[in-house]
Amino acid sequence: MSEEPLFDPSLKKRSKKKQVAFSENPLGADADPTVPAPSLDDTTSSGDVIDLGPKTVHEQMKQNEAGIGDAASGLGEAKEEDDFKAMFGDLKKKKKKKEIPLELGEEGSGTSTPITNASTTAPGITEDLDFFDLKKKKKSTKKKAAFDLEAFEKELQESKSKDANAEDDEDIPDGEHLNDIDEAELGDDVFDRSEVPAGVDQGTEPWLGSDRDYTYQELLTRFYASLHASNPSLLTSTGKRYTIAPPSIHREGNKKSIFANISDICKRMHRQPEHVIQYLFAELGTTGSVDGSGRLVIKGRFQQKQIENVLRRYIVEYVTCKTCKSPDTLLTKENRIFFMACESCGSRRSVNAVKTGFQAQVGKRSRNRTG
Amino acid sequence: MSVQNLNTFDPFADAADPLAADEPGRQSYIHIRIQQRNGRKTLTTLQGLPKEYDSKKILKAFKKEFACNGTLVDDEEMGQVIQLQGDQRAKISTFLTENGIPRASIKLHGF
Repeated sequence: MSEEPLFDPSLKKRSKKKQVAFSENPLGADADPTVPAPSLDDTTSSGDVIDLGPKTVHEQMKQNEAGIGDAASGLGEAKEEDDFKAMFGDLKKKKKKKEIPLELGEEGSGTSTPITNASTTAPGITEDLDFFDLKKKKKSTKKKAAFDLEAFEKELQESKSKDANAEDDEDIPDGEHLNDIDEAELGDDVFDRSEVPAGVDQGTEPWLGSDRDYTYQELLTRFYASLHASNPSLLTSTGKRYTIAPPSIHREGNKKSIFANISDICKRMHRQPEHVIQYLFAELGTTGSVDGSGRLVIKGRFQQKQIENVLRRYIVEYVTCKTCKSPDTLLTKENRIFFMACESCGSRRSVNAVKTGFQAQVGKRSRNRTG
Repeated sequence: MSVQNLNTFDPFADAADPLAADEPGRQSYIHIRIQQRNGRKTLTTLQGLPKEYDSKKILKAFKKEFACNGTLVDDEEMGQVIQLQGDQRAKISTFLTENGIPRASIKLHGF
Protein backbone atom coordinates (compact mmCIF):
# COMPACT_ATOMS: atom_id res chain seq x y z
CA MET A 1 0.00 0.00 0.00
CA SER A 2 2.86 2.30 0.66
CA GLU A 3 3.78 1.90 -2.96
CA GLU A 4 0.64 3.39 -4.29
CA PRO A 5 1.00 6.99 -3.17
CA LEU A 6 4.53 6.93 -4.38
CA PHE A 7 3.47 5.43 -7.59
CA ASP A 8 0.55 7.62 -8.41
CA PRO A 9 2.23 11.00 -8.53
CA SER A 10 4.95 9.60 -10.59
CA LEU A 11 2.40 8.15 -12.89
CA LYS A 12 0.65 11.43 -13.23
CA LYS A 13 3.78 13.23 -14.09
CA ARG A 14 5.05 10.59 -16.32
CA SER A 15 1.66 9.95 -17.74
CA LYS A 16 2.17 12.36 -20.56
CA LYS A 17 4.79 10.13 -21.89
CA LYS A 18 3.94 6.78 -20.57
CA GLN A 19 0.26 6.93 -20.97
CA VAL A 20 0.59 6.90 -24.63
CA ALA A 21 2.37 3.71 -24.31
CA PHE A 22 -0.70 2.41 -22.63
CA SER A 23 -3.18 3.68 -25.07
CA GLU A 24 -1.04 2.64 -27.89
CA ASN A 25 -0.43 -0.77 -26.56
CA PRO A 26 -3.84 -2.22 -27.41
CA LEU A 27 -3.65 -0.60 -30.77
CA GLY A 28 -0.31 -2.12 -31.36
CA ALA A 29 -2.00 -5.40 -30.61
CA ASP A 30 0.96 -6.52 -28.67
CA ALA A 31 -0.86 -9.50 -27.29
CA ASP A 32 -2.12 -7.27 -24.55
CA PRO A 33 -5.75 -6.44 -25.20
CA THR A 34 -6.36 -7.01 -21.53
CA VAL A 35 -8.18 -5.13 -18.88
CA PRO A 36 -6.63 -1.68 -19.19
CA ALA A 37 -7.45 -1.26 -22.84
CA PRO A 38 -11.25 -1.44 -22.63
CA SER A 39 -11.33 0.68 -19.55
CA LEU A 40 -9.42 3.33 -21.37
CA ASP A 41 -11.82 3.20 -24.22
CA ASP A 42 -14.79 3.60 -22.01
CA THR A 43 -13.48 6.55 -20.16
CA THR A 44 -12.46 8.43 -23.19
CA SER A 45 -15.67 7.87 -25.07
CA SER A 46 -17.04 11.08 -23.60
CA GLY A 47 -16.51 12.70 -26.95
CA ASP A 48 -13.82 15.10 -25.84
CA VAL A 49 -11.28 13.26 -27.77
CA ILE A 50 -13.34 13.19 -30.87
CA ASP A 51 -13.96 16.86 -30.76
CA LEU A 52 -10.37 17.50 -30.10
CA GLY A 53 -9.31 15.80 -33.27
CA PRO A 54 -10.44 18.34 -35.83
CA LYS A 55 -9.68 21.22 -33.56
CA THR A 56 -6.18 20.16 -33.31
CA VAL A 57 -5.99 19.71 -37.00
CA HIS A 58 -7.03 23.24 -37.60
CA GLU A 59 -4.84 24.58 -34.91
CA GLN A 60 -2.12 22.63 -36.41
CA MET A 61 -2.61 24.16 -39.74
CA LYS A 62 -2.51 27.55 -38.21
CA GLN A 63 0.60 26.66 -36.41
CA ASN A 64 2.00 25.29 -39.55
CA GLU A 65 1.35 28.46 -41.35
CA ALA A 66 2.85 30.41 -38.54
CA GLY A 67 5.69 28.00 -38.39
CA ILE A 68 6.51 28.33 -42.04
CA GLY A 69 8.33 31.50 -41.25
CA ASP A 70 10.57 29.57 -38.93
CA ALA A 71 10.96 26.82 -41.43
CA ALA A 72 14.67 27.37 -41.73
CA SER A 73 15.44 26.21 -38.26
CA GLY A 74 12.58 23.78 -38.42
CA LEU A 75 14.29 21.94 -41.21
CA GLY A 76 17.22 21.19 -39.03
CA GLU A 77 14.94 19.62 -36.54
CA ALA A 78 13.23 17.64 -39.19
CA LYS A 79 16.59 16.20 -40.09
CA GLU A 80 17.16 15.32 -36.52
CA GLU A 81 13.86 13.59 -36.43
CA ASP A 82 14.74 11.70 -39.51
CA ASP A 83 17.93 10.54 -37.94
CA PHE A 84 15.99 9.41 -35.00
CA LYS A 85 13.62 7.54 -37.17
CA ALA A 86 16.51 5.75 -38.68
CA MET A 87 17.39 4.51 -35.26
CA PHE A 88 13.89 3.91 -34.27
CA GLY A 89 13.96 0.18 -34.45
CA ASP A 90 16.24 -0.02 -31.45
CA LEU A 91 14.24 2.50 -29.59
CA LYS A 92 11.08 0.62 -29.99
CA LYS A 93 12.62 -2.35 -28.38
CA LYS A 94 13.79 -0.21 -25.53
CA LYS A 95 10.38 1.25 -25.18
CA LYS A 96 8.89 -2.14 -24.93
CA LYS A 97 11.25 -3.01 -22.16
CA LYS A 98 10.21 0.04 -20.34
CA GLU A 99 6.58 -0.65 -20.69
CA ILE A 100 6.67 -4.07 -19.33
CA PRO A 101 7.99 -3.22 -15.88
CA LEU A 102 5.48 -0.43 -15.57
CA GLU A 103 2.61 -2.67 -16.28
CA LEU A 104 3.96 -5.19 -13.93
CA GLY A 105 4.12 -2.57 -11.27
CA GLU A 106 0.56 -1.67 -11.86
CA GLU A 107 -0.60 -5.13 -11.70
CA GLY A 108 1.37 -5.53 -8.54
CA SER A 109 -0.27 -2.50 -7.00
CA GLY A 110 -3.71 -3.82 -7.67
CA THR A 111 -6.43 -4.00 -10.26
CA SER A 112 -7.98 -0.74 -9.20
CA THR A 113 -5.10 1.31 -10.44
CA PRO A 114 -5.84 1.00 -14.12
CA ILE A 115 -9.17 2.66 -13.66
CA THR A 116 -7.82 5.57 -11.70
CA ASN A 117 -5.12 5.71 -14.20
CA ALA A 118 -7.47 5.99 -17.04
CA SER A 119 -9.63 8.60 -15.43
CA THR A 120 -6.76 10.77 -14.35
CA THR A 121 -4.90 10.44 -17.55
CA ALA A 122 -7.70 10.95 -20.00
CA PRO A 123 -6.79 14.60 -20.47
CA GLY A 124 -3.21 13.60 -20.63
CA ILE A 125 -3.95 11.37 -23.52
CA THR A 126 -5.70 14.03 -25.41
CA GLU A 127 -2.83 16.36 -24.90
CA ASP A 128 -0.50 13.79 -26.17
CA LEU A 129 -2.68 13.28 -29.16
CA ASP A 130 -2.40 16.93 -29.84
CA PHE A 131 1.26 16.66 -30.12
CA PHE A 132 1.08 13.58 -32.15
CA ASP A 133 -1.17 15.20 -34.61
CA LEU A 134 1.11 18.10 -34.84
CA LYS A 135 4.03 15.93 -35.49
CA LYS A 136 2.21 13.74 -37.87
CA LYS A 137 1.01 16.55 -40.00
CA LYS A 138 4.07 18.20 -41.30
CA LYS A 139 7.33 17.04 -40.04
CA SER A 140 9.44 19.55 -41.81
CA THR A 141 7.87 22.89 -41.07
CA LYS A 142 6.83 22.22 -37.58
CA LYS A 143 8.94 24.42 -35.47
CA LYS A 144 6.67 25.68 -32.81
CA ALA A 145 5.14 22.37 -32.07
CA ALA A 146 8.49 20.75 -31.87
CA PHE A 147 9.61 23.40 -29.47
CA ASP A 148 6.64 22.85 -27.29
CA LEU A 149 7.33 19.22 -27.36
CA GLU A 150 10.88 19.70 -26.37
CA ALA A 151 10.05 21.97 -23.51
CA PHE A 152 7.41 19.55 -22.49
CA GLU A 153 9.80 16.72 -22.71
CA LYS A 154 12.32 18.53 -20.61
CA GLU A 155 9.80 19.18 -17.94
CA LEU A 156 8.96 15.58 -18.04
CA GLN A 157 12.56 14.74 -17.72
CA GLU A 158 12.99 16.91 -14.70
CA SER A 159 9.99 15.53 -13.00
CA LYS A 160 11.19 12.13 -13.86
CA SER A 161 14.59 12.69 -12.36
CA LYS A 162 12.91 13.78 -9.17
CA ASP A 163 10.93 10.64 -9.10
CA ALA A 164 13.84 8.62 -10.22
CA ASN A 165 14.45 7.18 -6.79
CA ALA A 166 10.97 5.84 -6.66
CA GLU A 167 11.20 4.27 -10.03
CA ASP A 168 14.79 3.34 -10.05
CA ASP A 169 14.08 -0.31 -10.04
CA GLU A 170 11.92 0.14 -13.11
CA ASP A 171 14.27 2.38 -14.96
CA ILE A 172 17.23 0.19 -14.57
CA PRO A 173 16.96 -1.33 -18.00
CA ASP A 174 17.05 2.14 -19.49
CA GLY A 175 20.17 3.24 -17.74
CA GLU A 176 21.27 6.85 -17.37
CA HIS A 177 19.23 9.96 -17.79
CA LEU A 178 21.10 11.09 -20.81
CA ASN A 179 19.81 8.11 -22.52
CA ASP A 180 16.42 8.95 -21.23
CA ILE A 181 16.45 12.36 -22.74
CA ASP A 182 17.18 10.97 -26.08
CA GLU A 183 14.49 8.51 -25.70
CA ALA A 184 12.00 11.04 -24.57
CA GLU A 185 12.40 12.85 -27.83
CA LEU A 186 12.60 9.74 -29.80
CA GLY A 187 9.88 7.99 -28.02
CA ASP A 188 7.31 10.25 -29.52
CA ASP A 189 8.56 9.56 -32.93
CA VAL A 190 8.41 5.91 -32.31
CA PHE A 191 4.85 6.22 -31.28
CA ASP A 192 4.16 8.36 -34.14
CA ARG A 193 5.46 5.75 -36.41
CA SER A 194 3.74 2.88 -34.81
CA GLU A 195 0.48 4.73 -34.65
CA VAL A 196 0.26 5.67 -38.25
CA PRO A 197 -0.15 2.20 -39.58
CA ALA A 198 -2.23 1.12 -36.63
CA GLY A 199 -5.33 3.20 -37.21
CA VAL A 200 -6.24 5.27 -40.19
CA ASP A 201 -3.59 7.58 -38.86
CA GLN A 202 -6.00 8.47 -36.10
CA GLY A 203 -6.93 5.23 -34.59
CA THR A 204 -7.70 7.13 -31.47
CA GLU A 205 -11.44 7.39 -31.70
CA PRO A 206 -12.71 5.49 -28.73
CA TRP A 207 -15.81 4.35 -30.56
CA LEU A 208 -13.79 2.52 -33.14
CA GLY A 209 -13.81 -0.67 -31.21
CA SER A 210 -17.38 -0.51 -30.06
CA ASP A 211 -20.34 -2.06 -31.79
CA ARG A 212 -22.77 0.81 -31.49
CA ASP A 213 -23.91 2.83 -34.47
CA TYR A 214 -21.53 5.63 -35.15
CA THR A 215 -23.01 9.07 -35.21
CA TYR A 216 -22.70 11.22 -38.22
CA GLN A 217 -20.65 13.77 -36.35
CA GLU A 218 -18.15 11.22 -35.25
CA LEU A 219 -17.71 9.83 -38.70
CA LEU A 220 -17.49 13.26 -40.20
CA THR A 221 -14.85 14.46 -37.82
CA ARG A 222 -12.97 11.27 -38.28
CA PHE A 223 -13.11 11.61 -42.00
CA TYR A 224 -11.86 15.16 -41.94
CA ALA A 225 -9.20 14.40 -39.41
CA SER A 226 -7.79 11.57 -41.44
CA LEU A 227 -8.17 13.50 -44.65
CA HIS A 228 -6.24 16.44 -43.38
CA ALA A 229 -3.78 14.21 -41.69
CA SER A 230 -2.95 12.38 -44.86
CA ASN A 231 -2.70 15.46 -47.02
CA PRO A 232 -2.16 18.63 -45.08
CA SER A 233 -1.89 20.66 -48.24
CA LEU A 234 -5.63 20.40 -48.64
CA LEU A 235 -6.31 22.76 -45.81
CA THR A 236 -4.22 25.53 -47.17
CA SER A 237 -5.36 25.12 -50.74
CA THR A 238 -9.05 24.47 -50.35
CA GLY A 239 -10.29 28.02 -50.48
CA LYS A 240 -7.97 29.13 -53.17
CA ARG A 241 -9.05 29.10 -56.74
CA TYR A 242 -6.84 28.97 -59.73
CA THR A 243 -5.90 32.55 -60.26
CA ILE A 244 -3.63 34.23 -62.67
CA ALA A 245 -2.42 37.76 -62.68
CA PRO A 246 -4.33 39.75 -65.26
CA PRO A 247 -2.38 40.36 -68.41
CA SER A 248 -0.91 43.81 -68.56
CA ILE A 249 -1.39 45.21 -72.01
CA HIS A 250 0.18 48.44 -73.10
CA ARG A 251 0.06 50.17 -76.40
CA GLU A 252 3.23 50.68 -78.27
CA GLY A 253 2.81 53.32 -80.91
CA ASN A 254 -0.39 53.12 -82.84
CA LYS A 255 -0.59 49.57 -84.09
CA LYS A 256 1.19 47.41 -81.61
CA SER A 257 0.26 46.09 -78.21
CA ILE A 258 2.69 44.92 -75.61
CA PHE A 259 1.86 42.00 -73.40
CA ALA A 260 4.26 42.66 -70.56
CA ASN A 261 3.76 39.89 -68.05
CA ILE A 262 3.45 36.95 -70.37
CA SER A 263 6.40 35.16 -68.84
CA ASP A 264 4.86 35.37 -65.39
CA ILE A 265 1.59 34.04 -66.68
CA CYS A 266 3.28 31.22 -68.52
CA LYS A 267 5.17 30.32 -65.41
CA ARG A 268 1.97 30.34 -63.44
CA MET A 269 0.32 28.05 -65.94
CA HIS A 270 3.41 25.86 -66.30
CA ARG A 271 3.39 26.24 -70.04
CA GLN A 272 6.04 27.08 -72.54
CA PRO A 273 5.77 30.69 -73.59
CA GLU A 274 6.19 29.59 -77.19
CA HIS A 275 3.06 27.53 -77.01
CA VAL A 276 1.05 30.29 -75.42
CA ILE A 277 2.33 32.81 -77.92
CA GLN A 278 1.50 30.51 -80.77
CA TYR A 279 -2.01 30.14 -79.47
CA LEU A 280 -2.40 33.85 -78.96
CA PHE A 281 -1.31 34.63 -82.47
CA ALA A 282 -3.51 31.96 -83.95
CA GLU A 283 -6.53 33.17 -82.06
CA LEU A 284 -5.97 36.84 -82.61
CA GLY A 285 -5.07 36.34 -86.23
CA THR A 286 -1.97 38.45 -85.99
CA THR A 287 1.74 38.16 -85.65
CA GLY A 288 4.27 39.62 -83.33
CA SER A 289 7.53 39.10 -81.60
CA VAL A 290 9.17 38.88 -78.23
CA ASP A 291 11.26 41.85 -77.32
CA GLY A 292 14.50 41.96 -75.39
CA SER A 293 12.97 42.03 -71.94
CA GLY A 294 10.71 39.06 -72.51
CA ARG A 295 7.62 41.04 -73.37
CA LEU A 296 5.41 40.06 -76.23
CA VAL A 297 4.78 42.60 -78.91
CA ILE A 298 1.54 41.90 -80.72
CA LYS A 299 0.66 43.52 -83.98
CA GLY A 300 -2.70 45.13 -83.76
CA ARG A 301 -4.59 46.96 -81.08
CA PHE A 302 -5.81 44.81 -78.28
CA GLN A 303 -7.25 45.55 -74.93
CA GLN A 304 -6.59 43.74 -71.73
CA LYS A 305 -10.08 42.30 -71.72
CA GLN A 306 -9.63 40.75 -75.10
CA ILE A 307 -6.34 39.12 -74.22
CA GLU A 308 -7.89 37.92 -71.02
CA ASN A 309 -10.62 36.19 -72.96
CA VAL A 310 -8.14 34.44 -75.17
CA LEU A 311 -6.06 33.40 -72.19
CA ARG A 312 -9.15 32.04 -70.52
CA ARG A 313 -9.88 29.91 -73.51
CA TYR A 314 -6.29 28.75 -73.56
CA ILE A 315 -6.53 27.67 -69.96
CA VAL A 316 -9.72 25.79 -70.58
CA GLU A 317 -8.27 23.98 -73.54
CA TYR A 318 -4.65 23.45 -72.60
CA VAL A 319 -4.25 23.86 -68.87
CA THR A 320 -7.17 22.52 -66.90
CA CYS A 321 -7.59 18.79 -66.74
CA LYS A 322 -10.78 17.75 -68.45
CA THR A 323 -11.31 14.94 -65.98
CA CYS A 324 -10.77 16.57 -62.62
CA LYS A 325 -10.66 20.27 -63.52
CA SER A 326 -7.32 20.60 -61.86
CA PRO A 327 -4.90 23.11 -63.36
CA ASP A 328 -2.01 20.92 -62.28
CA THR A 329 -1.14 19.58 -65.67
CA LEU A 330 1.92 19.10 -67.79
CA LEU A 331 2.03 19.54 -71.52
CA THR A 332 4.48 17.34 -73.33
CA LYS A 333 5.11 16.80 -76.97
CA GLU A 334 5.50 13.30 -78.35
CA ASN A 335 5.71 12.56 -82.02
CA ARG A 336 4.36 15.95 -82.95
CA ILE A 337 1.34 15.45 -80.75
CA PHE A 338 0.81 17.34 -77.56
CA PHE A 339 -0.20 15.33 -74.54
CA MET A 340 -1.58 16.81 -71.39
CA ALA A 341 -0.93 14.80 -68.26
CA CYS A 342 -2.73 15.70 -65.09
CA GLU A 343 -0.60 15.84 -61.98
CA SER A 344 -3.42 15.36 -59.54
CA CYS A 345 -5.56 12.66 -61.11
CA GLY A 346 -3.07 11.10 -63.47
CA SER A 347 -5.21 11.26 -66.55
CA ARG A 348 -3.53 11.79 -69.86
CA ARG A 349 -5.05 13.02 -73.03
CA SER A 350 -3.95 14.44 -76.29
CA VAL A 351 -4.81 18.01 -77.10
CA ASN A 352 -5.23 19.60 -80.46
CA ALA A 353 -2.27 21.31 -81.91
CA VAL A 354 -2.56 25.03 -82.22
CA LYS A 355 -3.76 25.73 -85.70
CA THR A 356 -3.67 29.07 -87.30
CA GLY A 357 -6.31 28.41 -89.91
CA PHE A 358 -7.08 30.70 -92.72
CA GLN A 359 -5.35 34.03 -92.72
CA ALA A 360 -6.84 36.60 -94.97
CA GLN A 361 -4.57 39.01 -96.62
CA VAL A 362 -4.56 42.27 -94.78
CA GLY A 363 -2.77 45.39 -95.89
CA LYS A 364 -1.02 46.15 -99.05
CA ARG A 365 -0.26 43.27 -101.33
CA SER A 366 2.85 44.84 -102.63
CA ARG A 367 4.35 45.12 -99.20
CA ASN A 368 3.50 41.52 -98.53
CA ARG A 369 5.14 40.38 -101.71
CA THR A 370 8.37 42.14 -101.05
CA GLY A 371 8.55 41.35 -97.35
CA MET B 1 1.99 -18.63 -106.26
CA SER B 2 -0.24 -16.57 -104.16
CA VAL B 3 1.69 -13.63 -102.92
CA GLN B 4 -0.19 -11.82 -100.31
CA ASN B 5 1.16 -8.49 -101.34
CA LEU B 6 -0.43 -8.83 -104.73
CA ASN B 7 -3.86 -9.44 -103.33
CA THR B 8 -6.46 -6.91 -104.08
CA PHE B 9 -7.40 -6.94 -100.45
CA ASP B 10 -5.92 -3.98 -98.67
CA PRO B 11 -5.13 -4.86 -95.06
CA PHE B 12 -5.01 -1.22 -94.13
CA ALA B 13 -8.34 -0.42 -95.62
CA ASP B 14 -10.04 -0.03 -92.30
CA ALA B 15 -6.90 1.20 -90.62
CA ALA B 16 -6.87 4.16 -92.91
CA ASP B 17 -10.49 4.79 -92.19
CA PRO B 18 -9.99 6.41 -88.82
CA LEU B 19 -7.51 8.80 -90.32
CA ALA B 20 -9.86 9.58 -93.14
CA ALA B 21 -12.64 10.02 -90.66
CA ASP B 22 -10.36 12.18 -88.60
CA GLU B 23 -9.76 14.58 -91.41
CA PRO B 24 -13.42 15.38 -91.99
CA GLY B 25 -13.91 15.15 -88.27
CA ARG B 26 -11.64 18.08 -87.82
CA GLN B 27 -13.07 19.72 -90.86
CA SER B 28 -16.51 19.41 -89.44
CA TYR B 29 -15.74 22.28 -87.15
CA ILE B 30 -16.78 25.58 -88.58
CA HIS B 31 -14.21 28.14 -87.59
CA ILE B 32 -15.19 31.75 -87.34
CA ARG B 33 -12.20 34.02 -87.02
CA ILE B 34 -11.53 37.69 -86.89
CA GLN B 35 -8.62 39.68 -88.13
CA GLN B 36 -7.73 43.25 -87.47
CA ARG B 37 -7.17 45.60 -90.31
CA ASN B 38 -5.98 49.13 -90.09
CA GLY B 39 -7.81 51.36 -87.70
CA ARG B 40 -10.99 50.00 -86.29
CA LYS B 41 -11.65 47.85 -89.29
CA THR B 42 -11.87 44.14 -89.00
CA LEU B 43 -12.39 41.14 -91.19
CA THR B 44 -14.37 38.03 -90.36
CA THR B 45 -13.57 34.70 -91.96
CA LEU B 46 -15.72 31.61 -92.01
CA GLN B 47 -13.85 28.42 -92.67
CA GLY B 48 -14.86 24.79 -92.86
CA LEU B 49 -18.41 25.07 -94.06
CA PRO B 50 -19.74 21.57 -94.80
CA LYS B 51 -19.76 20.58 -98.42
CA GLU B 52 -23.48 20.17 -98.59
CA TYR B 53 -24.00 23.89 -98.20
CA ASP B 54 -23.54 26.17 -101.12
CA SER B 55 -21.13 28.74 -99.83
CA LYS B 56 -21.94 31.10 -102.62
CA LYS B 57 -25.57 31.27 -101.62
CA ILE B 58 -24.69 31.51 -97.98
CA LEU B 59 -22.37 34.40 -98.72
CA LYS B 60 -25.20 36.11 -100.52
CA ALA B 61 -27.46 35.60 -97.54
CA PHE B 62 -24.78 36.89 -95.17
CA LYS B 63 -24.21 39.99 -97.18
CA LYS B 64 -27.87 40.75 -97.25
CA GLU B 65 -28.49 39.91 -93.64
CA PHE B 66 -25.52 41.67 -92.12
CA ALA B 67 -25.43 44.52 -94.56
CA CYS B 68 -21.78 44.09 -95.32
CA ASN B 69 -19.64 43.15 -98.22
CA GLY B 70 -17.80 39.91 -98.53
CA THR B 71 -16.06 37.57 -100.86
CA LEU B 72 -15.39 33.93 -101.35
CA VAL B 73 -11.70 33.10 -101.10
CA ASP B 74 -10.27 29.89 -102.47
CA ASP B 75 -7.46 28.64 -100.30
CA GLU B 76 -5.32 25.62 -101.19
CA GLU B 77 -5.45 24.14 -97.72
CA MET B 78 -8.63 25.46 -96.24
CA GLY B 79 -10.84 25.24 -99.28
CA GLN B 80 -13.47 27.88 -99.74
CA VAL B 81 -13.48 30.55 -97.12
CA ILE B 82 -16.11 33.19 -96.73
CA GLN B 83 -14.66 36.54 -95.89
CA LEU B 84 -16.80 39.35 -94.60
CA GLN B 85 -16.08 42.93 -93.75
CA GLY B 86 -16.41 43.96 -90.16
CA ASP B 87 -16.86 41.96 -87.02
CA GLN B 88 -19.68 39.59 -87.90
CA ARG B 89 -18.73 36.70 -85.63
CA ALA B 90 -21.70 36.74 -83.33
CA LYS B 91 -24.08 37.34 -86.16
CA ILE B 92 -22.66 34.50 -88.21
CA SER B 93 -22.91 32.05 -85.37
CA THR B 94 -26.50 32.95 -84.60
CA PHE B 95 -27.38 32.81 -88.27
CA LEU B 96 -25.88 29.36 -88.64
CA THR B 97 -27.47 27.97 -85.53
CA GLU B 98 -30.84 29.34 -86.54
CA ASN B 99 -30.47 27.53 -89.82
CA GLY B 100 -29.88 24.15 -88.31
CA ILE B 101 -26.15 23.86 -87.79
CA PRO B 102 -25.34 22.49 -84.36
CA ARG B 103 -23.71 24.99 -82.10
CA ALA B 104 -21.17 22.42 -80.98
CA SER B 105 -19.66 22.32 -84.43
CA ILE B 106 -19.06 26.06 -84.53
CA LYS B 107 -15.84 27.37 -83.11
CA LEU B 108 -15.58 31.04 -82.42
CA HIS B 109 -12.05 32.34 -82.38
CA GLY B 110 -10.53 35.68 -81.69
CA PHE B 111 -10.82 38.03 -78.79
